[in-house]
Amino acid sequence: MSVTAVFNAREHYLGVFREQSAKLAGANLPWLKLARDQAIEQFAGLGFPTTKHENWKYTSLASLAGRGLQLSMPVDAHTDGVALGHCRTAIANLKLDTDAHMLVFINGHFSAKLSAFKSLPSSVVLADITSVLKTNPEKLERYFGAAQYATGVGALNGALFADGYVLIVPERIEVEAAIHVLFLQTAGDTIANVKNFIVAESGSRARVVEHFAALGDFAYFNNVSTEISTARGARIEHLKLQQESAGASHIADIRASQAQASEFASYSFALGGLLSRNDIATYFDGEHANCVMNGLYLTQGKQVVDHHTRVDHAKPRCVSREFYKGILDGTSRAVFNGKVIVHQDAQQTDASQSNRNLLLSENAEVDTKPELEIYADDVKCAHGATVGQLDMNQLFYLRSRGIDAAAARTLLIFAFAEDLVSGLTYLPLRQRMERILMSRLPDADLLKEFL
Amino acid sequence: MLIIKNLHAKVDSKDILRGINLTINPGEVHAIMGPNGSGKSTLANVLAGRDNYTVTAGEIIYLGKDLLTMAAEERAREGIFLAFQYPVEIPGVSNINLLKAALNAIRKHRGESDLDAMDFLKMVKGKMKLMQIDQSFISRAVNEGFSGGEKKRNEVLQMSILEPKLAILDETDSGLDIDALKVVSAGVNANRTPERSMLVVTHYQRLLDYIVPDFVHVLAHGRIVKSGGKELALELEAKGYGWIEKEVKAQAAA
Repeated sequence: MSVTAVFNAREHYLGVFREQSAKLAGANLPWLKLARDQAIEQFAGLGFPTTKHENWKYTSLASLAGRGLQLSMPVDAHTDGVALGHCRTAIANLKLDTDAHMLVFINGHFSAKLSAFKSLPSSVVLADITSVLKTNPEKLERYFGAAQYATGVGALNGALFADGYVLIVPERIEVEAAIHVLFLQTAGDTIANVKNFIVAESGSRARVVEHFAALGDFAYFNNVSTEISTARGARIEHLKLQQESAGASHIADIRASQAQASEFASYSFALGGLLSRNDIATYFDGEHANCVMNGLYLTQGKQVVDHHTRVDHAKPRCVSREFYKGILDGTSRAVFNGKVIVHQDAQQTDASQSNRNLLLSENAEVDTKPELEIYADDVKCAHGATVGQLDMNQLFYLRSRGIDAAAARTLLIFAFAEDLVSGLTYLPLRQRMERILMSRLPDADLLKEFL
Repeated sequence: MLIIKNLHAKVDSKDILRGINLTINPGEVHAIMGPNGSGKSTLANVLAGRDNYTVTAGEIIYLGKDLLTMAAEERAREGIFLAFQYPVEIPGVSNINLLKAALNAIRKHRGESDLDAMDFLKMVKGKMKLMQIDQSFISRAVNEGFSGGEKKRNEVLQMSILEPKLAILDETDSGLDIDALKVVSAGVNANRTPERSMLVVTHYQRLLDYIVPDFVHVLAHGRIVKSGGKELALELEAKGYGWIEKEVKAQAAA
């Protein structure tokens, strides 16, 4: 039965590609046409991954593979004033920071009308990929070589991407204001394929927030790819806030490649969606590079949240720090798979990885697997995972100080998450996360004393 | 202040306390001594209301009320304070916020208004100075990464801020070197008042050189087998717990 479903989805998207590919961004560029053709060919071969694939063992895409989604369409600013008004209200609520550059994508399509750029050095490229492919395609050509997609989902993104953002920061330029990219959905039964690029040239710095949300409880599919490269001494902070609708599917592939002494900080806050999956990876291609990979997932109901991370220590003397936490309620499930690979020549690697989970319900489930593969001999590596309930000793300690049981419980849940959130140096996101946490906790008003 | 009558208690279905009788009047400092496993810490935890301790017989009257019907937080608000033998680390909760929430919970219970934030901070800083605790401690997470000595000083600091009617010190001396012991003891002594009672649980007489008790009780096999003045502690130190065991056996035989 499942074979039939997969087969149908394959036929469906091949059909969509035949009909739509000529209208997609950069259709006039021969190298891009070639890249899209190769991608759809790979999708045809791969299809959607099933739970038989080791990397998808705990996360089934059967519901996505069994449905024929149409490509998501932009809201037409000229004809749909009502929808635009709703978007404006939502954007005002979702905005993090009045100083940030704000790029807004509606249903995966850039909306210049809803976006707001602050002043930027003229050498910085910050735009939608559709525009960049029109005006400066040469800046992107090198990223569309012969791609080998690991999954059909990635291949589908490569074939059908409609839009996305591009950030190119030239040498020694620091983009001071944060770049807030908001992806807002206004409809269901559609697939949005989004392709993003962050290129930080040597010594440059920038901070990007990728933010996903919807106007209502739609069942759509956001299929996102973000490729990041940090040249020598550059620093990129990639902060992701996923607040998709309760019916949404969200699959994202975030890949960084780091040159010597570069820094990459990734935070993944996975809060929404019925099904969400993040593959976050970095590759140390030079010495003395470092990365921080942190994440927090809060799940309830029947949500499934899956993080697969990978750090490739391919060069000596690099440092990676990874810390993921989860709080699960209802019958929700979380998957964490963190792979750290220390290659043969990567001496004096310093890697640590940890995943901690708090189960608030007996029916919630976590599948966690930190993995270390070490092929060098002079390394410092640590990893660990825990799954547990609230600590009875901590509860008693608080109660013995006069704090009532309900408040103590809420406080400990908050503190579990805050421990990670407080690591954010970008204050507007930290404050937003604290607000979201408070809104998700039972008896949050009991916490007033603590904040 | 506190009347304990024929108290029996179990921990994880194991009988630990087998008939404790003890009366503590306002302002008195009682020391409970005894070998490991005698039930000292169990008594302290039963008084504070820890969940997995089951009282199977007897009663505890605190300020004329039945203590055993009160939840742990109610006991705290009524003025009982337990200084933990192993203070618990709580990442993500700062010391200052815990102190503020605890004090306000107790004040609210007494029908008092919340303390002004500036007055509160000033009061906490003054008491920290007394306990020789660094100012940076205020914003640090509760007990996280604290040394053994810092944790115990933090317990006594909390006591001095919450101003309990009955303070129970559970092996506050364990894991302290002599300098830390002096600081902690001075902190405890500064909190002695004619109204405040204390129950000092300890394995060693050493602590009682600094916190001098009015009464000393020796606990063995879940019962108080001998009571006396502060000199009993010295006698115990000289003769060891074996002496008590022999006396108890002799009494049983007689």
